[in-house]
Order: sequence, then structure tokens, then C-alpha cells
Amino acid sequence: MKYLKFLLVGVFFGIILVKSEAVSWYRIYEMFRFQSFHMYGIISTAIVSGILFLQFSKRGYIKSIKGANIFVPKKEKGITRYFVGGIIFGLGWALIGTCPGPMYILLGTGVFSMFIVIAAAILGTFIYGVLKNKLPH
Amino acid sequence: MEYILNPWPWYISGPLIAIIMALLLYFGKTFGMSSNLSTMCTILGAGKRINFFKMNWKDQSWNITVVIGAIIGGFIATQYLSNNSITNLNSTTITELQQMGFKNSGVSLVPDEIFKLSSIKELLILITGGLLVGFGTRYAGGCTSGHAISGLSSLQKPSLIAVIGFFIGGLIMTNIILPLIF
Repeated sequence: MKYLKFLLVGVFFGIILVKSEAVSWYRIYEMFRFQSFHMYGIISTAIVSGILFLQFSKRGYIKSIKGANIFVPKKEKGITRYFVGGIIFGLGWALIGTCPGPMYILLGTGVFSMFIVIAAAILGTFIYGVLKNKLPH
Repeated sequence: MEYILNPWPWYISGPLIAIIMALLLYFGKTFGMSSNLSTMCTILGAGKRINFFKMNWKDQSWNITVVIGAIIGGFIATQYLSNNSITNLNSTTITELQQMGFKNSGVSLVPDEIFKLSSIKELLILITGGLLVGFGTRYAGGCTSGHAISGLSSLQKPSLIAVIGFFIGGLIMTNIILPLIF
């Protein structure tokens, strides 16, 4: 039962990203060619709604299920890792049109070659873990 | 019913994605899909040799459950909540892609020219893309959900830097590299 709510959140997430076409390779291409507002609209309304939610919870209007304060953990300070890591991520995102959530969602829609993408992404994460101490952060 | 079967407009979809983030925060967790890739490394035994993957993966089993749900959600959306409508792409986009050899733009979610696996080139593209996403997301400490949605919603500067990086990388790939490989 503890996990049912997470399963349902996942199902809801998968449905939204398919129905919004955010998992479409073509939508990502179109976004990076500035030929459509669609993806910009999705991302910006998600952020604006997210800001509103977090401002309400910051002021104590909304508490978690256990009654605790709701907040997003602070990211570590730094510039290099975010900028360089971000560029590397962006190159991959635009090439295959999927980020870590959509990889799995597309698998569910029947794109079985996503298994290869997921395996490669796990390997990429592993390579980061191996090289972590040698990289500038 | 037509409203559900047709593609959903951006002004409905964006706030719904924020609700996903809100629900996970309400349940005492955070919205970040790329963590699952690290968890998979740990499950596969990477923690034995590399400290970065040393963790009790069972603490992350909630996030693996979200992933399983997302796969089911993808299945439900295409099988039961779609009317096979074609993605309403900009006609310039379609023409451009046609010139690059992409047929039937928008008919499916991903192009056959990359995902049908009919050549070594396609295989290499999938592997390269996966590696870049997996490496980059961990280096940057998050992906679209962790940085662009969770991070920017909580007004964090590191996430803004990461998202600017995402866009620089994406613009380089789509505008410079893709036309070279297609």
C-alpha cells in the first residue's frame, strides 16, 4: 500500500507526458529550432505553477502528509558542474529527444529500442561515478 | 471525451506536471527522474567498487516505483487515451526534417529514422544519446525534472545554470550537429 501512491503518481506522470507530447522527439527538435511555443509553454507554466505551490508551502499553507514543511532540498553551490554537465545533457537530450523520465515512458508506449538508450544512460551515469573525483565541479 | 483523446494543450500540461512535483513533495519525496539511473547502477553492483554508488538502494525503491508507474502510464496513454492524432508540428519543421530524410514527421512520437534500429548508425545514435544524457545528468546533478521543474520552481541558481547549459547543448545538437549526421 505504501508504494501504491508512488505507482499512481508514476502512471499519472506517464499519461501527462504522452498526452502533452513532451515525449515526442519532434517536439524537442521544434523547440530547439524555435519553431513552436508548445514546449516553452509547457515548461514555463509548469515552473510558474511550481513557484506558486512552493511559495504557498513556504508560508505554511501546505504541509506534507506527515505534517512537515514542504521544500525542495538546496543544490550544492557551484558553476562548472552545472554548466558543463548541463551542456552534455542537452546534447544528448536533443539527439535522442528524451530525458530520463520519457525514456521509460516511451518504453511503455512501445518504443522498445529505448532499452538501448536506458542501458547506455545507466552506463553514462556509471562512467560519471568512476570519473567523479577527476572532474571539475 | 474528445478533450482527453486529443493531445493536451500546453497550458493544461504544464500545471499538471507541477502537480506531479507537488504530489511527490507532499509525500515527503522530491521530483527527479535521473536519480533512478544511479539507483540502477547500485542495484547492478557498482557500489562494491565505487563509493559514489554506495547506498542502500531500498531507500530509493519509491522512485523505482514511480518509474514502473511511468511505463504503465505510457502504455495506458497510447492504448486507451489516444485517437492516433498526428502531432501538430510547424510546417517549417516538417519541411526541414523532410530535407534531412525524416519521413512521416509527427505521425509517431519518435522517428523511425533513429529508433527503428535498421542500421549501425541508428544504434550508435541511441548509444551516444543515452551516454550523454546519463553522464551529463549526473554531472549536472539533475535533469529536466530535477533542475528545470523542481530547481527553477524553488528559485535555485545552480538549476538556472544547469538549464542554461541544457539549452546551449540542445541548440548545438539540433542546429549544428544533427544537420551534419542527417
